[in-house]
Amino acid sequence: MSPAATTNDPLLERAPVILRDWLTAFLPEPARWLANCLIIIVAILAVFGLLFAFLTLAERKILGRVQNRPGPNRTGWCGLLQPFADGIKMLTKEDIVPRAANPVLHFIAPVVILAASILTFAVIPYGRHLLPVELDAAVLYFFAAGAATELAVFTAGWASHNKYALLAAMRALAQLISYELPLLLSVVPVVLATGTLSTSGIVAAQSGWKWGVVPHWVVFTPWGAAAFAIFMVSALAESNRSPFDLPEAESELIAGHLTEFSGFKYALFFMAEYFAMCASSGLAVTLFLGGWHAPLPALEFIPSYVWFAVKFAALLFGFILVRATMPRLRIDQLTRFAWKFLVPLALVNLGTVAFWSLTFQWAGPLQLLRWAVALGLVAGPYVLLGRGLTTGLGTRTYRFA
Amino acid sequence: MTAALALIALLTIGTAVAAMSRRSLLNSVLLLAGSWVGIAAFFLWAGAEFAAFAQALIYVGAISMALLFAVLLTRRSREDFAPGPAVRSRALYAMLAGAALAGVLLAAVARGSLAVAPSPVPVVTVRQLGRQLMGPHAASLLVTGVLLTVALIGAVVVAAGGGPEKPEDAP
Repeated sequence: MSPAATTNDPLLERAPVILRDWLTAFLPEPARWLANCLIIIVAILAVFGLLFAFLTLAERKILGRVQNRPGPNRTGWCGLLQPFADGIKMLTKEDIVPRAANPVLHFIAPVVILAASILTFAVIPYGRHLLPVELDAAVLYFFAAGAATELAVFTAGWASHNKYALLAAMRALAQLISYELPLLLSVVPVVLATGTLSTSGIVAAQSGWKWGVVPHWVVFTPWGAAAFAIFMVSALAESNRSPFDLPEAESELIAGHLTEFSGFKYALFFMAEYFAMCASSGLAVTLFLGGWHAPLPALEFIPSYVWFAVKFAALLFGFILVRATMPRLRIDQLTRFAWKFLVPLALVNLGTVAFWSLTFQWAGPLQLLRWAVALGLVAGPYVLLGRGLTTGLGTRTYRFA
Repeated sequence: MTAALALIALLTIGTAVAAMSRRSLLNSVLLLAGSWVGIAAFFLWAGAEFAAFAQALIYVGAISMALLFAVLLTRRSREDFAPGPAVRSRALYAMLAGAALAGVLLAAVARGSLAVAPSPVPVVTVRQLGRQLMGPHAASLLVTGVLLTVALIGAVVVAAGGGPEKPEDAP
């Protein structure tokens, strides 16, 4: 919301900025700046807080639909008040701290993990004029702000003074560290191709259309599609979502590093998980799906933040659908998948994008060659590595089942 | 601005002192991470955005993990605290080593020219930083990059290697 709105934009496009300026117009200069910042913070917290509440409901409804049952439908109309009932339940539950636990760290862990996930919302451009903080190194900031998550997960497991919680925390760390690597490596090609680390710059680089119909989004290039796929898989794992939800694994393990947490602290961990999912989706929209740009020139009359919301919601729906359809992985399968498949694939993708950038002036039939080589560089390693992932491993035989 | 610097200094030095005085290694590591956050905040305060984020990402995100794993994989029990020095000579050697390091650092600080008058803050964009790294410092960047990539590929090879896998491990 910091960039000044130019007056030649349509009214709806500028509406949030106009509303904010109208609210703070009566204040003197330094206080107005502070009030503007506070309004942005309150807006982010309110929007994503409510989104978290209704995302849980939407998830339960969609999961219910997939599993042929109605889902929550008793609280309010169609169960719309269910998140608030859950919130009251969580708030009024007893907060149990084990006697041997480290009370300070036991308290700090959920707070740190939530704070780290909220910080990441600051650099995502939600619309043409809706970028909370304009940073030169925004992509780096996004990952730096999330860096405390791993520390918080470990602290949660260790502060509980429970050997299962500690083991689970180590397992969660192994997962987070393994998937951090392909996540970062899948972002590098976008930075390499657009030549900037700022999120607004990356969105600006994806403006325009080829032949008036195909948008210049990163996902419509061979390396961009591969990076997008790697990013989404790693983001699933980073936010502990199914099929990578084995740190928590509610049906097999107790609750992993969350075993000794109850009441609102437990809710805070879940809030952080959903916030991380939202932040990853927001970054994916920004990096790969053209940010707030409309898919067609004729559709540009719709405000940019609506387009962002549509793409964002589609990715969140994808997250929920994956949870509804995929079985959970085992820890060895999970780490093997990261180190033997995603990381090499992401490394090869760096070479692909380098080739793509070096051949940007190729035209005519050379353009076809460029596409063929890039597609081969994406598909070849995918097929070879995918075969290597399963060679020598026959179908599993269940002897005692 | 000065108040903010004082707060940052308090956080950095306070957590570092606390980390040194704790007997529990894991507590020390967590406090040390707090100190690194303080250093990142200092870079941010000084206007070095890129360095601040890199500091947070590398130290708080990665190096703290390496330390935690090192501590957890080497200790024998949960109550395995760092013991006090058994003999006085060991404490003396430790003091000597610390004093030598402090001497080197102090000499470096004393020799550097500290501007007393406020100098104009240089505005360095990430683009300029990148041009510097890719231009005059390209060789060192390349060597570091190759080293890290070799280490990464080595990790993948180590993870991928090993004996024939059992059919029970089928994915």
